[in-house]
Amino acid sequence: MADQLGELKRIAIVPALNEEETVGRVIDEIRAFDHGFDIVVVDDGSTDRTAGVAADRGAHVLRLPFNLGIGGAVQTGYRFAFEHGYDLAVQIDGDGQHDPQQLPAILAPVLAGEADLCVGSRFTGESAYRSSFARRVGIRIFARIVSAVVRQKVTDTTSGFRAVNRKGIALFAADYPHDYPEVEATIMCVKHKLRLREVPVAMRERSGGASSITALRSVYYMTKVLLAIFVGLFRRYASPLEEEH
Amino acid sequence: MTPLPVSIAAAVASFLLLVVVFELIRSRRLRERYALLWLLTGVVLLALSLWRDGLNTIAGWFGVETYPPAILGAVGALFILVVLLHYSTVISRLSDQNTILAQRLALLEQQLREG
Repeated sequence: MADQLGELKRIAIVPALNEEETVGRVIDEIRAFDHGFDIVVVDDGSTDRTAGVAADRGAHVLRLPFNLGIGGAVQTGYRFAFEHGYDLAVQIDGDGQHDPQQLPAILAPVLAGEADLCVGSRFTGESAYRSSFARRVGIRIFARIVSAVVRQKVTDTTSGFRAVNRKGIALFAADYPHDYPEVEATIMCVKHKLRLREVPVAMRERSGGASSITALRSVYYMTKVLLAIFVGLFRRYASPLEEEH
Repeated sequence: MTPLPVSIAAAVASFLLLVVVFELIRSRRLRERYALLWLLTGVVLLALSLWRDGLNTIAGWFGVETYPPAILGAVGALFILVVLLHYSTVISRLSDQNTILAQRLALLEQQLREG
């Protein structure tokens, strides 16, 4: 893996909201996997020391002046990656649920040029992932719908653990969905003719902080995302925008 | 009983509302987040216009014996109030965020000038 990464200008985008307990370890683990990764932590309006902890470890820190929601935060990271000319970006949550040791799995298809976007899924393969019943049902419903829309089997539409090449960075920098964005982002990629791949990964239980998604909110998000998917079916999509530096 | 022309006009109007909202979302001039209330308004009004017995029944609950379509107007007004209240909260949030942005910008400019 290390020689494949070689000279690629690569960056890890770490969205974090009040993750002072875990973000430091996430940064250390990314460095332990590969020192060549630049790391940008996007602090989505935390009220704790998230930004300070990240800056102490030498990561780039983008502090949003107020909470934008996960979509706006992640897009800030992709904008940074785009404007600084990165060839490869991985996205890893600051809460510690994504294990940087699993990076080779999601990087491989992108490095091999077989995919523009590779998503780590909890549900393909044998990885045992526990979560609440409602959440599992919701994830499964979305998986069915997204699979039908993109005409390709997708099992985990809520995973924010992924790798993208320059094409993906350009697309996400230009356009990224707002809240609960992974579902729409997956569809958007395929509609823009980017090649999507899903690989099995093991994820950890959240080790700190609290999930930003509560029960009532998930119903609201589900409705909203279903509406977005439905309306999206009637949109026309431009081909991927690629510029040369 | 609701006069048929009233039902038809109300159904057409609420259907048009739904179509316009849909098109606004599709052309990205309206975000899903702010469209949900409008869609709910359209769906409820459309249902009440088409389901004429239902409208009579509901009118009965409120003692509106003479002119059931008044309920349509009342429900419409209620939804408009809710949408307006929602917008007031949205504007409040935007205005708070705008203040923060202006303050951050002023601090940044000061750093650039003196740094």
